[in-house]
Amino acid sequence: MTSTLAHTPMYDWHAAHGGRMVDFAGWSMPVQYRSIVTEHMATRTAAGVFDISHMGRLRFDGDGAAKFLDSLLTRRVGDMTSGQIRYSLMCSADGGILDDVLVYRIEDAGGVPHYWLVVNAGNRAKIVDWINGRLEGVADVEFSDLTETTAMIAVQGPAALDILRPLVKHDAAEMKYYTGCETEFASHDALLSRTGYTGEDGAELIVPAAAGEHVWSAILEQGKAAGAIAAGLGCRDTLRLEAAMPLYGHELSEQINPFQAGLGFAVNLKDRSFVGSDALARLKEDSTGPDSTGPRRIGLEMEGKRAAREHCRILVGEQSIGKVTSGSYSPTLEKSIAMGYVAPQHVEPGTEVMIDVRGKMQAARVVKMPFYRRG
Amino acid sequence: MNPENLLFAKTHEWVHVEDSDGAKIATVGLSAFAIEALTDLVFVDLPEVGRAVTAGEPLGEIESVKAVSDLYSPVSGEVIEANTPLADDLEKLSEDVYGAGWLVKIKIGDEAGLADLMDYATYQKQCEEEA
Repeated sequence: MTSTLAHTPMYDWHAAHGGRMVDFAGWSMPVQYRSIVTEHMATRTAAGVFDISHMGRLRFDGDGAAKFLDSLLTRRVGDMTSGQIRYSLMCSADGGILDDVLVYRIEDAGGVPHYWLVVNAGNRAKIVDWINGRLEGVADVEFSDLTETTAMIAVQGPAALDILRPLVKHDAAEMKYYTGCETEFASHDALLSRTGYTGEDGAELIVPAAAGEHVWSAILEQGKAAGAIAAGLGCRDTLRLEAAMPLYGHELSEQINPFQAGLGFAVNLKDRSFVGSDALARLKEDSTGPDSTGPRRIGLEMEGKRAAREHCRILVGEQSIGKVTSGSYSPTLEKSIAMGYVAPQHVEPGTEVMIDVRGKMQAARVVKMPFYRRG
Repeated sequence: MNPENLLFAKTHEWVHVEDSDGAKIATVGLSAFAIEALTDLVFVDLPEVGRAVTAGEPLGEIESVKAVSDLYSPVSGEVIEANTPLADDLEKLSEDVYGAGWLVKIKIGDEAGLADLMDYATYQKQCEEEA
């Protein structure tokens, strides 16, 4: 089985440095090197360096690219300025979430724009097929999946930008959050963005696959003095959970619409038509109106240390009101937290609930998200 | 305790058996290999004193940041003591695996299960295969 898993350009490094490799969406990825808590806290206090090459990297060139993406994404693409990055969703015709993505508008020296779409690893094949289907008969769009010819590295934490400064031609600290640019890392072409998925400030780099291990090692070497360490997917999950960032396959799915997920901000309906826009216009009323009955995403704080995990039932009295979608012990807050979906009459912070954790009822209460916000 | 003098279950529990007033008492813990594999322990759920347990059946739970795992009873009998203070001091589990990190003491009712336990060398071999 192992031989069928895809390897990122940093695979050999992970294997040589104690990375516990697991199957993640068809990729052999490090879940941790030593301790998830150590890697988590290093990211909160110094910097964590993450191999996120499993994420799908799709590029769109051509005069029709912006218009094409505008017909697929829940957020406007046509008005994006050079270097701008937006969090967006892709929805099906009935308004279910197909994926959550970042879209980048990058211009070359001559001012010619192209677009990058960073999609979830587990959705890449589905999204690529979906895009190819939609591209039929569309002129002036060149679409390429560059996931396997590039590497992607996230450097996250309070020391992240200082660590990258001597290594990258452009200073991420001088870039606004959610912007990116083409730059150089040593002699390698690189796409630098001030983005991340940990609740910390930081940056992400896309570099050619052949440069991946060199870039990776150079960042770790440069960051060593500041306390930066390699960090695996285990703490990426606990970090994003503390920041209450949804994860596809857990908080997001084709059965959930953006309004239920609390992602209404990522849906721009005004004067737009895109896949799912008609359904979303209707769902916006249905899901947020006074008569709505559909589940909504909430944050939960547990009374004990025991963590509620995905699929645990949430109850008020004897009545089942929803389910947990992600849960873990939070290393920063030193208590157990979770996200889940409950019926709308139970979403008020302070609501006391019980969670069925493997047959044992555990007390919890609804709290505001995010659980953690950087100081 | 020296792990070389202990018995081990396939499911990574260690067992120390001693005679006490004609009964056989098993002290049970979790092996260093298992604790190292779990990492980041946050919670342990131990059975109540008096509970009847069966070899190979769940005894309690141990939770790490990543996941929950069952603890299995390596012997059949009755729980006569549980190391409940451990819940507030999980570091003891990794610091003194074969001593202060014990989980429960079980008065063995049926010795048949003991034959399925491994000695240290055999268990080490299993760990190497799993690593």
